[in-house]
Amino acid sequence: MTMFTVAALALLVSLGLVLVRVIKGPTIFDRVIAGNSVGTLSVLLLAVIGYVFGRPEFIDLAITYALLNVIGTIAVLKFFRYGDLGASEDEAGS
Amino acid sequence: MEFLINLVLLLFLSAVTVAIIGVRNLFAVVVLGGAYSFLMATLLIAMDAVDVGMTEAAVGAGVSTVLLLSALHLTKTDEAPARHSNVLPIALSVLTGLVLVYGTWDLPRYGDSDTPMNTHVGAEYLERSIPETTVPNVVTSVLASYRGYDTLGETAVIFTAGIGVLMLLKGRRRREDEKEEDRS
Repeated sequence: MTMFTVAALALLVSLGLVLVRVIKGPTIFDRVIAGNSVGTLSVLLLAVIGYVFGRPEFIDLAITYALLNVIGTIAVLKFFRYGDLGASEDEAGS
Repeated sequence: MEFLINLVLLLFLSAVTVAIIGVRNLFAVVVLGGAYSFLMATLLIAMDAVDVGMTEAAVGAGVSTVLLLSALHLTKTDEAPARHSNVLPIALSVLTGLVLVYGTWDLPRYGDSDTPMNTHVGAEYLERSIPETTVPNVVTSVLASYRGYDTLGETAVIFTAGIGVLMLLKGRRRREDEKEEDRS
């Protein structure tokens, strides 16, 4: 077993642990952070899978995933803060 | 190794799906949906469907999360308890699932080399696309180079639709602004 195989297995295990938190909760913040971690672990898993399968080109895709993950998390957090995605910064003060 | 990764990812997907059905809090469902999309996109890329995987990540994890959250702003965050019995919907879903599984019986096996898609023009694309286009991914070279005009047309249609939606929303917002000015 190569180093990358072991890393992929470890990432799958941690993905499982994080998914338990996403599913069980109990609070919404647990779920948001765990959901973000699922995205991060998917990015890492993709990068490692590229080396396991002998095609490191997957790294480009992993980077794009990371960007999308940021957008999703920002949307969730903005919804939490303002209760509306269309809120601008000026309205936040009032 | 590939089989193990696919198997574990599929198990995770089914666990998340069951959780989405069970959870009553809609905000949690949105977060679970994002996690589902990321797992699905990873699985698709592990199975070499790179373009589908990217679409799933962009639409499922990116845009859908934002749209569902916007919709959640207009409604309550907790799902109302069901007023009717769940037996009929569950039976219908299971039946549809069985029909779909029955449909896969006629599909060629994954990676089979004797299917039309591998014996017809596929081999020629595999041979010619990299010297002709120098795009490292063959699917991407077909979509963006050999069928470039087709893809350009699709993109133009989606772009026009986006502009149309933006104009509709803008017109509505301006009318609301004018109403407020009349009142003040």
